Amino acid sequence: MSSAQFEIQLIASIVAIACAIPGTFLVLRKMAMISDAISHSILPGIVVGFFITQDLNSPWLILLAAFTGVITVVLVENIQKTGLVKEDTAIGLVFPVLFSIGVILIAKNANDVHLDIDAVLLGELAFAPFDRIYMGGVDVGPKSLWVIGSILLITITLLILFFKELKLSTFDKGLSASLGFSPIVIHYGLMSVASVTTVGAFDAVGAILVVALMIAPAASAYLLTTDLKKMLLLSIGFGILSAISGYWMAYWLDASIAGSITTMLGILFLVVYLFAPSKGIIAVLYREKQQRTEVSLLTFLLHLKNHEEESERHVKHLNEHINWQKVRSRTVLDLALKNNMIAIDNKIVSLTPKGDEFTTQAIDYIITNEDAQIEDMKDDFFLFRG
Amino acid sequence: MNLQEYFSLVFSDYTLRTITLGTAILGAVTGMLGSFAVLRKQSLLGDAISHAALPGIAIAFLITGAKDSNTLLLGALVSGLIGTFWIRGIVSKTHLKSDTALGLILSVFFGFGMLLLTYIQKQPNANQAGLDKYLFGQAATLVESDVWLMAIVTGVSLCVMLLFWKEFKILLFDKDYAETLGFNTKTIDVLITVFIVLAIVLGLQTVGVVLMSAMLLAPAAAARQWTNSLSTMVVLASVFGAFSGVFGTAISASQNNLSTGPVIVIVAAVFVLISFIFSPSRGLLFRQIRFVKNRRDLELQKTLSFMFHIAETHDDISHPHEIRILNNFQGFTKGSLKTLEEKNYIRLEGSTWSLTDQGFETASNLYNQQHQNNE
Repeated sequence: MSSAQFEIQLIASIVAIACAIPGTFLVLRKMAMISDAISHSILPGIVVGFFITQDLNSPWLILLAAFTGVITVVLVENIQKTGLVKEDTAIGLVFPVLFSIGVILIAKNANDVHLDIDAVLLGELAFAPFDRIYMGGVDVGPKSLWVIGSILLITITLLILFFKELKLSTFDKGLSASLGFSPIVIHYGLMSVASVTTVGAFDAVGAILVVALMIAPAASAYLLTTDLKKMLLLSIGFGILSAISGYWMAYWLDASIAGSITTMLGILFLVVYLFAPSKGIIAVLYREKQQRTEVSLLTFLLHLKNHEEESERHVKHLNEHINWQKVRSRTVLDLALKNNMIAIDNKIVSLTPKGDEFTTQAIDYIITNEDAQIEDMKDDFFLFRG
Repeated sequence: MNLQEYFSLVFSDYTLRTITLGTAILGAVTGMLGSFAVLRKQSLLGDAISHAALPGIAIAFLITGAKDSNTLLLGALVSGLIGTFWIRGIVSKTHLKSDTALGLILSVFFGFGMLLLTYIQKQPNANQAGLDKYLFGQAATLVESDVWLMAIVTGVSLCVMLLFWKEFKILLFDKDYAETLGFNTKTIDVLITVFIVLAIVLGLQTVGVVLMSAMLLAPAAAARQWTNSLSTMVVLASVFGAFSGVFGTAISASQNNLSTGPVIVIVAAVFVLISFIFSPSRGLLFRQIRFVKNRRDLELQKTLSFMFHIAETHDDISHPHEIRILNNFQGFTKGSLKTLEEKNYIRLEGSTWSLTDQGFETASNLYNQQHQNNE
């Protein structure tokens, strides 16, 4: 591994961390699409900034472009406040317009500036190590490493300083406002950090792919934990993992590094989405099936309790009366037997004392409208789940 | 070429005619279907779908090796649909919210598309140039067959929309009611979504993945301001969309170095801005005017009622009072006194005022809602 390769991976990892932190809060605050809007609408800011400074890594350009990002948020909120359109429409209107202005500005001045839309949107990480900073003639590392490194430093400082304010205002706006933390200041603070990070990262990974680095790790982490600190750490971990594995995939395919990092993020999310222990799609589907069987079981037990007469309790009768398919009746009967809820004697089903107790309690909960308690009760009674 | 030349050439010149017709049809169909997207609060779905279509284009090219736009659009359609249904899966089966799902699918699919595009560019096959026109769109590459395709899709979606008009409408405004009536809401829902995806995919070649969402939203958002009726809104949105297409093409053709997509988006945004400000019932301008007028009316009534309370204490209601004594009450101005005089509620003589019978009558009934106000 050459030093250039190492530097690329270092930059990619730092970008991933810098994006994951604001991204986590954006996802939790249901503002993920705002990051998409910001990433598009910083374009005119970058273009104008570039006309002024002639340097893509100048701090002024970053501030100017980040300011455009904040303007986007303000514009969206003001349009929304008029009540003429909903929030999502407001977002969808503002950023394409700003982006179009940026594209036109570039097109009209394409001849005399070295800046094209592809570079802004997609970035090129592979060239990052060649643009270096020299301090008194000594090479101190790639420019973008310094840029994104300082942004990360600021972000982490702000995160540590305002962690409890951020946490509180994210989960309980009302409480945080009544405790005196201005939600507006925190909101715009977060928006500014997101804007600055987007601008700082566009050079390395491109403006659109910043969105992936913000949302995908946070979304994956959110499926695995409900603890804010763990979620932050997990998203940072996911970000770094995808950054490094993405780099090697791009190296192997000889393709865009940013695109390949995003693809790794997508694969990572897909895996978590499918296999997350309690919130993954397989777990959810399994639980839904389990719930269905258990509700059927309860229905069945209630039926037994209501009917003393033998004709209603015959095994065959279940198919006809409760209108279940054969397989389903078999599953339910088996489950009930396994849990010692029923006894089958000569094809006639009857409740065992345990089954009777379970059913009586369940009825109590149903009448008093405390259906949720049945879930806890299941833990006490069931040896095997559906 | 200036605008006049453009309009004289538009009927005779093949390229201009094709592009203008193409963007006009595209604007019309996106406006029409965009109305549903906006009303269903799915505005950002368009953005996600258009980005999600990119890997489909690249994969279609990788499989067929040809740049036939129909094949590529078919790939875009498939991958757009996969994206859409994945978004629905995330929202319905996990606790992630729709904004996260949208942003995630959008960026991940787009990134994957970029990976494939860069991979294709490195291939020895020389045929790959020009795939990136789908990023920002190039209306100039439209040919007659593309326009025909657009026209056919527009025709089909128009037919389907007319056929299922009442189902679409009822699903839009009262889903539960539609369900209780026995409509298969899931099928209708999928039908609308598929057509929205179709409209977006059609526009990729012209305005590109990045700006497509605005084409979907802007005409509909503008049309929404002028009417409360769905049918009027759909028609208006199509008209706005078509005009944005034509004007955008005209402006970009009349200047050098102006790509059509962004110009169309900006023209559409101008339509939105005008609608926001000047729409008679919802527009900001008229709302402000109504607001000011209401405030004036209220102040006028306050002045009148203040005068009434002074006049009440005198036997003769038309006894003149100095204007000066109104000074403890801040609500009056020369203008409002004049208006009151014009309405024949008071008489002004020099520095005095006096209530007329009519003014007294109106003032005593000011807070009586039963009283008929003939204003």
